[in-house]
Amino acid sequence: MKFISKYRRHKFATPLLLVIALSALGFTFSAATAAPASNSMSASAKSTLVEEGQTIFLKGCSSCHGLNAEGGAVAPSLIGVGAASVDFQVGTGRMPMQDMSQQAMRKKPVYNEEQTAALAAYVASLAPGPASLKNEEITWERDGNTADGGELFRNNCAMCHNFAGQGGALTQGKYAPTLMGVEPKHIYEAMITGPQSMPVFSDKIITPQEKLSIIKWIKAAESEPNLGGASLGRVGPVTEGLLIWVFGLGLLIGIAVWLTAKAR
Amino acid sequence: MSKELEPLSDPGLPEHIHRRADTDPIAAKRAEQQVAILFSLSALGTVLFIYSFFFVKEDVFIFLPILGNTNAHQLGIGLGMAAGLFFIGIGAVHWAKTLMPDQEVIAQRHEFKSEPEDRDAFVKAAKEGAEVAGLGRRPLIKRTLIGAAALAGLPAVFMLRDLGPLPGKELEKTNWKSGTRLVTDPGDRPIKASDLEVGAVAQVLPELLPGQKRTLEDIGKDAVLLIRLRPAEFQLDEERLSWTHEGIIAFSKICSHMGCAVALYEQTTKHLLCPCHQSTFDVTRAAKVIFGPAARPLPQLAITVDAEGNLIAKQPFTEAVGPSFWERSS
Repeated sequence: MKFISKYRRHKFATPLLLVIALSALGFTFSAATAAPASNSMSASAKSTLVEEGQTIFLKGCSSCHGLNAEGGAVAPSLIGVGAASVDFQVGTGRMPMQDMSQQAMRKKPVYNEEQTAALAAYVASLAPGPASLKNEEITWERDGNTADGGELFRNNCAMCHNFAGQGGALTQGKYAPTLMGVEPKHIYEAMITGPQSMPVFSDKIITPQEKLSIIKWIKAAESEPNLGGASLGRVGPVTEGLLIWVFGLGLLIGIAVWLTAKAR
Repeated sequence: MSKELEPLSDPGLPEHIHRRADTDPIAAKRAEQQVAILFSLSALGTVLFIYSFFFVKEDVFIFLPILGNTNAHQLGIGLGMAAGLFFIGIGAVHWAKTLMPDQEVIAQRHEFKSEPEDRDAFVKAAKEGAEVAGLGRRPLIKRTLIGAAALAGLPAVFMLRDLGPLPGKELEKTNWKSGTRLVTDPGDRPIKASDLEVGAVAQVLPELLPGQKRTLEDIGKDAVLLIRLRPAEFQLDEERLSWTHEGIIAFSKICSHMGCAVALYEQTTKHLLCPCHQSTFDVTRAAKVIFGPAARPLPQLAITVDAEGNLIAKQPFTEAVGPSFWERSS
């Protein structure tokens, strides 16, 4: 401490102290804000994402959904539908729609992943709603239970999507699509957002864990081999009946004609 | 009778036309070879069956056009057995049609009655048998036999009785009582109004009391579908509107037509469809039938909330759920 008491009245003491104090302040501040620094970065990145999304929205979506996503005569309002809804609709290629028909069909997505994320960020910025998910977050392989999933599926999903998840008809040309080959996150997002004709399956009614079980069951059904031969679309009596009535009965009629024909 | 009055003269048998194989040895040889080929195809089919059964692994899948990925094991077994049986039949018929004699033959009918000697011999043998068995001399055996035979018919009567008794009022009753909590199916968790978002549905059952068990028969009558709409979307009368709770409406899931589970809900049109016969019910108008064979709307369950905010039944169903039956009172 002799050093301090000896030089404390030195003419450079005050400027030096000032420099030390200011540097300390500066370093402390930068250290304290080091972690949130990336946050503030992502916040600005987020706002550019929202802006980017708005640009895409104005170009590609606003003609139907309105300039402020308020909806129109042919399309619903998107305020409060959440990022999950956008990720599902745009990520599966359903939106933008190909034409104004009853069914928004699954097709090759028009927008790539970044553009979809931007659109989702823009719609999510309008009002809170379910957040979009990543496939890694859907831990169906680890947390799902196939047997539970089967029971839930038969009780909640099978009436529209068919007992083997192959899809089925609704009214006036609408249909419930097949669930084969759908990404787990899209299945999950569909359950929480209720796209098009599908109702919402709330987290309290079908818990997130149960939703993973349903996905696990669908994935099990997807990889189920056709041990009995041809699957005939797994739609039950329709194709089976068609096959047996057309080809089975046709063959029998042919044989009956041949049997009674006189040989020459 | 003169020939002119005969309405139709007996045309007799048509002239016999010989087949090519009857007259041409080369054609006969060819037909023989064809039959042999068909039988050989059958043999190949059986070999394919045996080979597939033992040597084709069950996890081998082959791609066939139209049919898609098909299990080779099952396909080989099926095709092999089909060919094995089919070509024997085809070969035999082809053989009969081309090579076996096809001359028309007249077989005269004869009387079905047996010769008088045979008939007398049979009656005599029967009488002698009865005499030796001593049925007339041993009345105990005769009576117990008659008794046993009569009793043996009784189980059939009991079994027919099993078709009844008539269900009476049983079909009109469900496990929904005033104050029964609605629980998720499966999971048996009570539901709060806030658990359902607008556009959400839930499959529910009445909560089980301690010690109570749920049978499939119970589920077949008790199953209910909860749907949440915006309250403004309802077009209900005062009473039915009071049966809903904050836009949540509950209907029996058992179709009033044939009893299928009606749970195919279109969120956009607010229509509820039965997957069996496409009966369509309008949820906003108390499940009024707007299409299909159903004759009545789905019974609506009056719901409200208890002190803890859980959804409960306000009262039991006011009418029988499910399809019509003879004793139905409403």
